Amino acid sequence: MSARDKLATPLDVGALRRDFPILSLKIKDKPLIFLDNAASSQMPQAVIDRWVKYRSAQHANIHRAVHYLSETATAEYEKARLKVQAFINAKESRECIFTSGTTDGINLVAQGYGRKFFKAGDEIILTTLEHHSNIVPWQMVADERGAKIRVVPINDRGELLVEDYRKLFNANTKFVAMTHVSNALGTITPVREMIAIAHEHGVPVLVDGAQAAPHLKVDVQDLDCDFYAFSGHKLCGPTGIGVLYGKAALLEKMQPFKGGGDMILSVTFEKTTYAPIPAKFEAGTPPIGEAITLGAAIDYLTAIGIDRVVAHETDLLDYATDQLNRMPGVRLIGTAEKKAAVLSFALDGVHPHDVGSLLNDDGVAIRTGHHCAQPVMQRFKVPATSRASFAFYNTMDEVDALVASIGRVQKLFA
Amino acid sequence: MDSRQLYQEMILEHNKKPRNWGMLGDATHKAEGLNPLCGDHIHLSLKLNGDQVEAVGFEGEACAICKASASMMTVAVKGKSKADAEQMVQEFRDMTTGKLDTAGPHHLGRLTVFSGVSELPTRVKCAILPWHTLHAAFAGSDTASTE
Repeated sequence: MSARDKLATPLDVGALRRDFPILSLKIKDKPLIFLDNAASSQMPQAVIDRWVKYRSAQHANIHRAVHYLSETATAEYEKARLKVQAFINAKESRECIFTSGTTDGINLVAQGYGRKFFKAGDEIILTTLEHHSNIVPWQMVADERGAKIRVVPINDRGELLVEDYRKLFNANTKFVAMTHVSNALGTITPVREMIAIAHEHGVPVLVDGAQAAPHLKVDVQDLDCDFYAFSGHKLCGPTGIGVLYGKAALLEKMQPFKGGGDMILSVTFEKTTYAPIPAKFEAGTPPIGEAITLGAAIDYLTAIGIDRVVAHETDLLDYATDQLNRMPGVRLIGTAEKKAAVLSFALDGVHPHDVGSLLNDDGVAIRTGHHCAQPVMQRFKVPATSRASFAFYNTMDEVDALVASIGRVQKLFA
Repeated sequence: MDSRQLYQEMILEHNKKPRNWGMLGDATHKAEGLNPLCGDHIHLSLKLNGDQVEAVGFEGEACAICKASASMMTVAVKGKSKADAEQMVQEFRDMTTGKLDTAGPHHLGRLTVFSGVSELPTRVKCAILPWHTLHAAFAGSDTASTE
């Protein structure tokens, strides 16, 4: 019995799709089949409406003036923070910092924590699965502080080798940064277990949740992660907004990442006193409307129910995996036992870039390239892959269309 | 236009059986071409005899458009003078960016099979990369990139 069968009320995908205006687009007279959700997912009308409402009736700068609009915008912005807190089950809302996205959140920690606490000879553990945005910020701070990067390897299925990870720890290990779900392969990592191992050594862990937040139930207290970063635009929300969760005690002892207005208590030319969290990390005018709109996206997803999202996406992934496995000349890249919503593949004799262009002729939108995860590509000895990534609004018929379109590419190149 | 229209028999065939595949042992000029975003990566080697392209060879990992463009380019420039080859580089670049009317005079011959790429902005770089790399090899610089 699949997870879906156990649920009393499976998703009515047909009805849900009508919430998304963009899904009725035609591409070259063919219905859009949007399978690039890992890059950015689409926005339902209720979320678009929330943006319009903010812009039409609620916009002003926050935390400043005493007039009606500023008070309204401030209240709505802080309401959105409470929605984020509930969504990831943070203990306190002040532990949820609005950022411009996952990349921004990771840089905040690399600079705010790493620059303050890393010293020469320290070691930072990353994994082979990381997106460049969870590699480069650490390299930058490691170069500056004279710290070293250690890397957790993966097996041929794209799963992290936990025993190898365990052996990387020593007295110099100061930090772990790892993904929750691989953007290139879809692997769901044993993040809870790996955090527990790090904590045995007194080492804090940042989790890149960009791909996990839209596809899994995230509970930061259950994971016991020290930091968790994710983006709004992969969550049916807008671009330009993201969240960094951090344990209050850690955030409090970190350096601010950016200096400016709104992050201070008092400023003289001799000394500045920083504001308490979260304001300490939200310098300048934040993306107010984006944060409020992200709140609406969280409401939308919560109303659907993340369990039902997971069940439907698991069905899609299982079906698509089975279909592609039946096609000669198709090789799946990333076959972890636990996967979420991502299907990376290679076609014998056809470069992914050609696959992407030809699928587009059929209205099928996928991503091709290295997915900003070149170490993963190097591990599998491919320059790039084709990647179909699903959201809860995708259908089995769309998987069939993907499979048929891949078949036509193979025929052309035969 | 559908990208399918670009994948004509000639391009598919050159992709499958690239001509002048492999680096020359006695090259006088070499260059590497890279499209970092899509991953096209080719190496080109030339043997110039005076001003003439006596031999040319390439290898690499690239999409069909890039590989076929490289293959057909090597066939087209072999035996040509450097000046004539550079003229083709210019014309090919103009054609794929929509600035050359292939109905008018040009020296591209069968390479006009790539003219349709001008309507596929995401693929222009794939077609042009080998030509940029040829230009870089002539100029004595080691790398070319279309980014």
